[in-house]
Amino acid sequence: MTTSYSWTLAVGFLVFGPVLGALLAGIDRRLTARMQSRRGPPLLQPVYDVLKLFEKDTLVVTRLQTLYLWGFLFFMVISGFILFLGSDLLLSLFALTVSGIFLCLAAYATNSPYSNIGSSRELMLMMAYEPMLIMVPLGFFLVADSFRVSDIVAGEPWQVLQLSGILIGFLFVLTIKLRKSPFDLSSSHHGHQELVKGITTDLSGSDLALVEIGHWYENTILLAWLYLFFAPLGVVWALPIALVLFFAEVLIDNTHARLTWTSTLKGTWSVTALFGVTNLMLLPLIA
Amino acid sequence: MPLIALLMGFPLLAGLAILLASTPERRADLVRRSAYAIGAVSLLLAVVYFRAGPQFFVIWDGLAQVLDLLFMLGGIGVSLYLLYACRRIKGLEWYIPVLILVQMGLILVAELAADHPEVARPFYIDSFSILMALIVGLVGGLICIHAIRYMQDYQAHAEEVADRRPAFFMMLFIFLAAMFGIVFTNHLPWLFFFWEVTTLCSFWLISYSGTEEAIRNGFRALGLNLIGGIAFAGAIVWLTLGPGLHTWELDQLVAAGSALALIPAVLIGIAGLTKSAQMPFSSWLLGAMVAPTPVSALLHSSTMVKAGVFMLVKFAPVYHDTLAGFLLALIGGLTFLITSLVAVNQRNAKRVLAYSTIANLGLIIMCAGIGTATTLWAAILLILFHAVAKALLFLGVGTTEHLIGSRDIEDMEGLVYRRPVLAATLLIGILGMFLAPFGMLLSKYACFQAFLSLDVLPGDGILLAAILAFGSAPTLFFWSKWLGKLAAMPRRAQPIELPIPRDEAIALFALTVVTYVACALFPLADWVFVQPYTGFLTGEGLIPAGDERIPWENIAMMTAMLGGLFLLPLVFWLLPPQATAVSGYLSGANVDGSASYQGAMGAEREVASRGYYLAGFIREETMIRNGLIGSGSLLLLMLIGASL
Repeated sequence: MTTSYSWTLAVGFLVFGPVLGALLAGIDRRLTARMQSRRGPPLLQPVYDVLKLFEKDTLVVTRLQTLYLWGFLFFMVISGFILFLGSDLLLSLFALTVSGIFLCLAAYATNSPYSNIGSSRELMLMMAYEPMLIMVPLGFFLVADSFRVSDIVAGEPWQVLQLSGILIGFLFVLTIKLRKSPFDLSSSHHGHQELVKGITTDLSGSDLALVEIGHWYENTILLAWLYLFFAPLGVVWALPIALVLFFAEVLIDNTHARLTWTSTLKGTWSVTALFGVTNLMLLPLIA
Repeated sequence: MPLIALLMGFPLLAGLAILLASTPERRADLVRRSAYAIGAVSLLLAVVYFRAGPQFFVIWDGLAQVLDLLFMLGGIGVSLYLLYACRRIKGLEWYIPVLILVQMGLILVAELAADHPEVARPFYIDSFSILMALIVGLVGGLICIHAIRYMQDYQAHAEEVADRRPAFFMMLFIFLAAMFGIVFTNHLPWLFFFWEVTTLCSFWLISYSGTEEAIRNGFRALGLNLIGGIAFAGAIVWLTLGPGLHTWELDQLVAAGSALALIPAVLIGIAGLTKSAQMPFSSWLLGAMVAPTPVSALLHSSTMVKAGVFMLVKFAPVYHDTLAGFLLALIGGLTFLITSLVAVNQRNAKRVLAYSTIANLGLIIMCAGIGTATTLWAAILLILFHAVAKALLFLGVGTTEHLIGSRDIEDMEGLVYRRPVLAATLLIGILGMFLAPFGMLLSKYACFQAFLSLDVLPGDGILLAAILAFGSAPTLFFWSKWLGKLAAMPRRAQPIELPIPRDEAIALFALTVVTYVACALFPLADWVFVQPYTGFLTGEGLIPAGDERIPWENIAMMTAMLGGLFLLPLVFWLLPPQATAVSGYLSGANVDGSASYQGAMGAEREVASRGYYLAGFIREETMIRNGLIGSGSLLLLMLIGASL
């Protein structure tokens, strides 16, 4: 059950979640720069960017796009809140999904061809990774007999071995979730490509800042998901492992070219079936 | 009992009165009043039998004999009418009259058997049948009201279609009477009669327009439903002449458990699969979309197809923990997966709704096949949410079609700005269908939990859970895509056309409110309708008591999400953020807002972009064919499994 400790964590997430997420984004940019033999921006550059965005005029195609972005941020925060409260992982995932749909809705609402393609691709990616993300709580349920995060954290240390297939599948879809190459179909981080800026093409000023803050929260949430696999080992082990795996995604980002949506969808579903479902099927034998 | 008799008898009389009404105005008035009356009586019933456990009704012996004769003659009458309708069959459809004869023969063999079982308690009521009656009475009544104006426009648009509206409305009301019959009858041969009446209504209403396509689709629906009818009649014959169980009472059959009742339960299960348009029988529901939209809303999404899953849920205690039950769940799962994928292909809004209806019924059947307290809970709530949200969506699409002249999803672009009220009904319908924290989520949650605790075969629950996970993903895609179209800012201002007609507005508004209330107050619906029913079953030891309720903490979270969904627009309206409106980015100089831009060589270029339908990735025909083969084999296995 929820204790004052878990409430502290959950409220802590509300305040420090975006800070941690921004730091992760900053480290990501530094690492990327180093891999490309550049110096890279200061660690807090993402924060400076967002502060600057708030200073700027906000141009909108329709005023409702801001409302949809509020929905995106609201459900993102709820998802993380549930997670850090130690509550239901499956419910947290559902909230995360709804949040993603609201972001697509904001882009659809602006209705420029670039936003349209961006959001359609984003939805396609969601369709690709959703089954694998669902496998994660299912796997935890089978080993910890509960969807509750607090029960999963209190699980057996070897659960990560039992769920190794699920972990591989999760790392695969994490690349999509973090919008990393080869799966950055819906948003191009690199300018002057065919998508312009994909899903954020028509978002500017404080609207764009909201999207960035939402992504900071998302970074923290995804890191926490990764942490869950190793959580029973204790924070001393689990956190460094989770961080290393998280930043391994940066390496993949910089070493892979973008895939088409068909190969992404087929590839992700194959990985989900091959690693996720098989792992679940074999669990009774491993346990 | 008087209330039940009223619910079954009154629509019949109302139907006759409507048929004989002297003027269209008088007829419209009668339809309106009767629909309100039926809705009121079903509400009254829910109040009188508030949270009632099962209650059975004995009727006077003489009356029972009269009814017996009446229903038998009625059954023969239905068969004869269908045989008469068969004068218009073509080509391979000769199998239909054969099926009618076989079915009539089977049921007569049973009813005329020398020592057929006696039925002491022909009618019953429990909280689940009250919920069904509320759906039939309230949602059905509202759909009839919507149909008044819809059919007027329909006839005005399609001049070549003969105006048979008096008979049309009579059929709708006869159908309602038969639905009430199905949910309250404990006497299997009588229940079968009502079952056949719904098949007849469906056939007649699909063929309403009299075009070649409508007639062919009507016959296909008839043929496939007759297969189910024969299975049902076969079950009754088995219970009359077969070894073992000798009863015609539904509750005794269910209480007999899987050791005794599995064979008739599986046969009736097949009838349920055909009525709920599950694979391999699913094709008729797509064809049924040629019928006028209120018919699709009433018969083919919110009520008649629910009769199929209603029976399956009733028989869940028999399926529980059997191979046949697991295979039944697998058929539902396969249907869910394939139709969800195929729905991504569809541009025609009614076809999207049809495929998603089949998919949702598949999900309910997955729950029924497993048959634990939790899955029954999920199944019944799904029935409720789906009935209200889908009726709303069908009617919304019907009204939209008459106002914008198309049911193509691409043409609904910008409906939020062009017709805000209409768009709101569609949005709420879509949200009610799939989005957290609304209905679907709860049921999926309960399903995952129940599947993982399943233990019939090794890996069975995981298979079902994986099917659910893979099937949910395309659902998310096609609903969100549609939402996106509705929410898109129109590139050009569109002229405001006709207002929404009054009757249609009443129905849409009422259904929107019902959907909202059902979603927001689902714990109440659970307490009033589901718990007394599952509580009785677990009390009798028919299904194992489930300790895995959704914890209060989750419900609190869902309430918070729902609250946020209400509050955000309110805050947005009170404190609108500062922003400057511009036209969308077109990577060139915009000429006419977001609609066109100056391209290369200074030429003005029109902007066009369409949604993704993945036609190359998901091939409808291949998918459906594979689904037919898969589900057909599962069905065979299920029959073999049951008879072992």
